[in-house]
Amino acid sequence: MSTATTTKVTEPAPPTRTERTVRPVTDEGRIGLRANLRHIGALARRNALQIKQDPESMFDVLLMPIVFTLLFVFVFGGAVAGKGNQSEYVSYLVPGLMAMMGLNVSMAVGSGINEDFQKGVMDRFRTMPIARSSVLIAKIVVEVGRMMVAFAILLIVGFILGMSVETSPLQVLGAIGLSLLFGASLMWIFILIGLTVKTAQAVQGVGFLVLMPLQFGSSIFTPPSTMPSWLQNFTDYNPLSNLADAARALFIGGPVAHDLWMTLAWSAVITVVTAPIAVAKFRKKT
Amino acid sequence: MTRIDTIPADGTTAVTVRGLVKHYGATKALDGVDLDVREGTVLGVLGPNGAGKTTLVRCLSTLILPDAGTAVVAGFDVVKQPRQLRRTIGLTGQYASVDEKLAGWENLYMIGRLLDLPRPAARKRADELLERFSLTEAAKKPVLQYSGGMRRRLDLAASMIGQPAVLYLDEPTTGLDPRTRNEVWAEVKRMVADGVTVLLTTQYMEEAEQLASELTVIDRGRVVAGGKVDELKAKVGGRTLEIRPSDPGQLPEMARALSETGLDGIAGSQIHDGMLFVPILADVQLTAVIGLLGGRGFDIAHIGTHLPSLDEVFLAITGEKASEQSDGTPTDAQLKGAAA
Repeated sequence: MSTATTTKVTEPAPPTRTERTVRPVTDEGRIGLRANLRHIGALARRNALQIKQDPESMFDVLLMPIVFTLLFVFVFGGAVAGKGNQSEYVSYLVPGLMAMMGLNVSMAVGSGINEDFQKGVMDRFRTMPIARSSVLIAKIVVEVGRMMVAFAILLIVGFILGMSVETSPLQVLGAIGLSLLFGASLMWIFILIGLTVKTAQAVQGVGFLVLMPLQFGSSIFTPPSTMPSWLQNFTDYNPLSNLADAARALFIGGPVAHDLWMTLAWSAVITVVTAPIAVAKFRKKT
Repeated sequence: MTRIDTIPADGTTAVTVRGLVKHYGATKALDGVDLDVREGTVLGVLGPNGAGKTTLVRCLSTLILPDAGTAVVAGFDVVKQPRQLRRTIGLTGQYASVDEKLAGWENLYMIGRLLDLPRPAARKRADELLERFSLTEAAKKPVLQYSGGMRRRLDLAASMIGQPAVLYLDEPTTGLDPRTRNEVWAEVKRMVADGVTVLLTTQYMEEAEQLASELTVIDRGRVVAGGKVDELKAKVGGRTLEIRPSDPGQLPEMARALSETGLDGIAGSQIHDGMLFVPILADVQLTAVIGLLGGRGFDIAHIGTHLPSLDEVFLAITGEKASEQSDGTPTDAQLKGAAA
């Protein structure tokens, strides 16, 4: 008699009952790290398949870097760097534009989460034995992927327009990684907004009100030295300035430590503060 | 009427609810609900819109926390042990809880992976369930292109991946046409035959009668009646036979002829709208009534039976009409919308 048949014989009487207990519920029901990563993978696959199904949802990350770079270089480039010096301005602008792209992509996460909640599928996820944070983290994973696409296009456009890199590829990768990290931390803020407001449109509305002053009141587009001193104070403390300056220094050289540490600190603080609130809100949402 | 389950004499309860309360501001969505679902049976929760059915299901599936009371599902407390509980339940709501942008197969595969099935097992299970729910041909199509019935079947399939011990069906056929509704019923009956315990909410007496062995009738967050379907049917009067004679003038004569038979409940016959309505408690009565009318040579233009509507059930049980939220309290659907 083989072992397999022995096990069968010892099974309790009603076969349907025993079949049903696929995962014996003996523990506290906690979800281990490996299971958690598996769940995030399955959910990230879902988000990626949604993009495949609806390729138009990639228009923003495909077109935004092209449109904004061309717009700023040719409209403002002459004014900032002097007529005919556009390529100088490209080298100034493009590293900083990663901060702006990151901000815009992360805003889309908020409306995405909000739309997800209008659908019944969220109810299913929330009645399943998975960590509720995994739904949010999977979304962030895929959005960081989208952000990488946006950065890649941005850099291609930048190089075509004559952007120069004075540092090592490692430092360039560092600049990209730093921008991704900061963008990912911003996503928690927008997830929080997405879970709070009623409609996806409202996310866009609230988002824009916050974004416009932050983006333009920074060193992304122009050096703050021409701004009035009160505004300079604002741009000095604007994390987007830190990120733009750090990325710029990693592309074309210059002092980087202060802005690098400031950006890392901002990312850490934003994530540590908003992520737990967002997850708690997600857990309680009815 | 075929009943698909038998109640074990010493059946243990899979779902035990005591004094469950959930208020939304002044709205008492659940106002002290008690109910039991015995293992391997179907409990129908019957009630009008806004009675608290969806709130009940959402409490029992850990989507919302009750304000007071206890609920134990498959041995786990909904408030204290939500994580363990989620491993034993399945939920199919009135709103399709599948991802519309994904193909049917991808939905099932994803859920399999989320339930910790290894990749090959998740693939196999997705294939099996699509086959079983007759969706194999639509496996690769996005759910957006599915018909209402296909969507609901996929939803049921999704709920079955984890082989739940307890399945909640929240108005599984609301908004479906009669043919599709029958398909969904057939699937539910198959699941029950497999031994799953089901808590079914519905607005339709017919659905409850088709699927459930016991019924709990709720209104405005409170249980107003409960018991075996047969007992409630006896209380409510089961089916009604409607007869339209070719000559309306014959109606009183027909009624008199019937009352002479002395059949059970025949005294409850009524005449209105040019028809005679006769309460039918058993199939033999149906034969007897029709045989009698035929034997006496009455000309009959139309004959039919209907089950009591929710309104009639409420009228019989509570003596008042079902409250379709006449007091301005929001329905479950509205509450869901407001919360979203």
